[in-house]
Amino acid sequence: MNERDGFEERLRQARSKQGLDTPPAGRGKAPQSPWGFGLRAGVEVVSALVVGIGLGFWLDRWLGTWPWLFLVFFVMGSAAGVLNVYRLFNPRPRSRTRSD
Amino acid sequence: MATEGKTIDALSQFELSPILGVVGKAVSFSQSNVFMLVALLLSAGLMLGSARRGALIPGRFQALGESAYEFIAGMVRDQVGDEGKKYFPFVFSVFMFVLFGNLLGMLPYAFTFTSHIAVTLALAVVVFLTVTVIAIARHGWHFFSYFFPEGAPVWLAPIIIPVEVISYFSRVVSLSVRLFANMVAGHVMLKVFATFVVLLGGLGVVGPFVAALPLAVNIALVGFEFLVAFLQAYVFAILTSIYLHDAVHLH
Repeated sequence: MNERDGFEERLRQARSKQGLDTPPAGRGKAPQSPWGFGLRAGVEVVSALVVGIGLGFWLDRWLGTWPWLFLVFFVMGSAAGVLNVYRLFNPRPRSRTRSD
Repeated sequence: MATEGKTIDALSQFELSPILGVVGKAVSFSQSNVFMLVALLLSAGLMLGSARRGALIPGRFQALGESAYEFIAGMVRDQVGDEGKKYFPFVFSVFMFVLFGNLLGMLPYAFTFTSHIAVTLALAVVVFLTVTVIAIARHGWHFFSYFFPEGAPVWLAPIIIPVEVISYFSRVVSLSVRLFANMVAGHVMLKVFATFVVLLGGLGVVGPFVAALPLAVNIALVGFEFLVAFLQAYVFAILTSIYLHDAVHLH
């Protein structure tokens, strides 16, 4: 067991020395200027609202339940907009394979 | 073209008009489609031309093609990881198409096809469907766990799942509206300030001096628009790779 761990460690060192494991550094996120950030947040909120309202509207027309599903999906859309903005600040955790 | 009857006409630049006479009318072949073909030919020509010789020390043309390739290859590797390599051609084609669409729009008399929501929405839908199909192909039914984070209380599912689904679908809207709105806003501003130049320039003796102000603004705007053209193509490509990352790794 111990020997095996040592092997993994040496393999990892060798790989990183040869540049085979490119570290996922510098995620190259979309540019982070305050204006760009604000506009992105705005677009995210509005697009989630548009999808929520559109979905509610369409379901209501289909099922004839105006305006109840519209109201429900309006709230859901707002929540999704907030969620989108939250993701903008805290992206989903990266893949589990990452060590740090 | 800029002024018709001394009014500001900023939106007629986005009108489609069929070309190629009767044939073009019959199949609705507009100037937008012409510029899509031009963008296609230019990007294909750039890549084929720069890859043909493959000199060890690249010339200017080859360096241009290679730097475009390496830019997107690095982006896909950073965002998606090694599994993302096979999706590189897709991201690269989308990037080059959007980039050439934005840049062709900066040429005088050219048409910016990325300023139409129909075009950007179609692109966004293609990206969305591709990413979703990749995610389902890789993860099968497990893909649907994307909409319910692990460890959340089960009684919250009726709230969390619709919200996550709406958030997932809102990618299409945000991806398309961002590109479309940026291109429209920029070109409207260019046209408005260009019209100011013409209108103020006709004001007798002081005209040319006053008209220099909007002209200066317009020169700055042209530079700004080149930046936006690159930036929006970059943002479109990087969001595509972020969505690909989510599809490949789920969460």
